[in-house]
Amino acid sequence: MIENYRKRKLVNTLMKGLVFFFTILSLVPLLFILFYLIKQGIGAINWEFLTHLPKPVGESGGGVFNAIVGTIILIVLSTLMAVPLGIGAGIYLAEVKAGKLAYLLRLGTDILQGTPSIVLGVIAYLWVVKPMKSFSALAGSVALAIMMLPMIVCSTEETLKLIPYSLKEAALALGVPYYRTILKVILPAGFSGILTGILLGIARIAGETAPLLFTAFGSPYLNLNPLKPISALPLVVFNYASSPYPDWWRQAWGASFVLTVMVLVFNLAAKIGTRKWEIKF
Amino acid sequence: MGDKILTTEHLYAYYDQHCVLKDINMAIPKFKATAIMGPSGCGKTTLLRCFNRLHELSPGGRIEGKIRLRNTDLLSLNPIQVRRRIGMVFQRPNPFPTMSIYENVIAGYRLNGIKLSQNKADEIVEQALKKTALWDEVKDVLYRRGTFLSGGQQQRLCIARALAMNPEVLLLDEPTSALDPKATAHIEELIVGLKKSVTIVIVTHSIGQAGRVADYTAFLYLGELIEFGPTERLFTAPKDKRTEEYLSGKFG
Ligand SMILES: Nc1ncnc2c1ncn2[C@@H]1O[C@H](COP(=O)(O)OP(=O)(O)OP(=O)(O)O)[C@@H](O)[C@H]1O
Ligand SMILES: [Mg+2]
Repeated sequence: MIENYRKRKLVNTLMKGLVFFFTILSLVPLLFILFYLIKQGIGAINWEFLTHLPKPVGESGGGVFNAIVGTIILIVLSTLMAVPLGIGAGIYLAEVKAGKLAYLLRLGTDILQGTPSIVLGVIAYLWVVKPMKSFSALAGSVALAIMMLPMIVCSTEETLKLIPYSLKEAALALGVPYYRTILKVILPAGFSGILTGILLGIARIAGETAPLLFTAFGSPYLNLNPLKPISALPLVVFNYASSPYPDWWRQAWGASFVLTVMVLVFNLAAKIGTRKWEIKF
Repeated sequence: MGDKILTTEHLYAYYDQHCVLKDINMAIPKFKATAIMGPSGCGKTTLLRCFNRLHELSPGGRIEGKIRLRNTDLLSLNPIQVRRRIGMVFQRPNPFPTMSIYENVIAGYRLNGIKLSQNKADEIVEQALKKTALWDEVKDVLYRRGTFLSGGQQQRLCIARALAMNPEVLLLDEPTSALDPKATAHIEELIVGLKKSVTIVIVTHSIGQAGRVADYTAFLYLGELIEFGPTERLFTAPKDKRTEEYLSGKFG
């Protein structure tokens, strides 16, 4: 018995040690990345970096103001496109559940979810850039919106499915028409879950480079026109990091840092929003 | 029996091919409380949901036969209008979790887009909460979420929400089965008081409850209406053997 107990205890300790070791091991790269990003990025960041346009090659200084504005415009445009569509489709799936259209919608969502982002860029190129004969913020937003869409559809569907049927019945029994029940009772009850899905979707697309390469394209100027090429932080990182100039490498680190902070803010907002507006049934 | 408000003639209800109500013929008297009793699964909830046209929203839900509301054919009316005239309270309290107590009571108007002046709305809310004896308990917290209330208070809030629409009939589906004895007594008291202004149809498993609140009682068994009559007569001298067995606790 004692023998057995000792052995069990030994194995237990060993296993605990192993689990601990692997946890640390998997955290190491993450910590390393963060450490490196902060170390390299912080140095590049100053007021000029955040508020000025880029300088031509050879001149030192300059900033990424146009890219920050560009990323914000791309996020706003793609959110405006993806949110109504995604919520609509999510409602349909949660309400109809079965049927041919629902099946197709689900299939489409699954396929979109697994489509490489560069392919979405190609699609936006064919749909928007070619007919309009110009790279544009609009084209970039279309690519990002397609990428965001499945996330919003899924989170809306999952959220609405968790809302008890009794809530819908309560409204219907008061003589509230079906569409008003959905809009005024079911959607508000699922607000926090849907918002979380949207914020996580934004966090996901904010750092995407591939879909922007031949849609938004990038621009050294400050552009507010959605029909013109526009800069974005991931594009700056891509272009600067692959350049031969050490000064640009430094700026690429700075842009990476700003981008990471933005994504982090959206992730945190999603967490806080979920808690703040969560509805208990 | 006096005036009838709801009458059914050869009423059948189905879920797909499954027939759960068979040839129901009954006439529910106005301004009285009618209890519907019977063992679990006999179709009590389904019968209530036929009256306010919720049954047809269930997957596969279908009705055959006739239901009359006063002198009109209820099944040919607009279901939305029927549901505003016939209110329903469910087994589990289901206040709207996103709304305050005040908004919950006025929800029937707000959700339907019916415009009311602030004064009129305040008045409706106060009246409804007074009818359900909730006013004194909540008048200082009208703008808190309805879900903060206790179970019994929530159920009274749901009754107030239904009453605010001024329905002609109020359907109650085991309204006290999720409540403790004190809250139950409170709601029973309330039902007796409400009879003056609204016809009550209440599903209950408790013979005691039917005895305390109901003027008439219907006994359903396996989807059939076995017996319907004044509660006292039904309890003391049931005509059918199955009613007698149910009342003596042989099944249920
Ligand atoms: N949504 C549904 N789909 C299919 N069948 C259903 C559905 N709801 C109820 N039924 C069936 O209809 C019959 C009557 O159900 P109902 O809910 O009316 O019974 P009840 O008398 O209210 O029972 P309880 O006392 O348990 O509430 C049952 O046999 C049940 O299995
Ligand atoms: Mg029932």
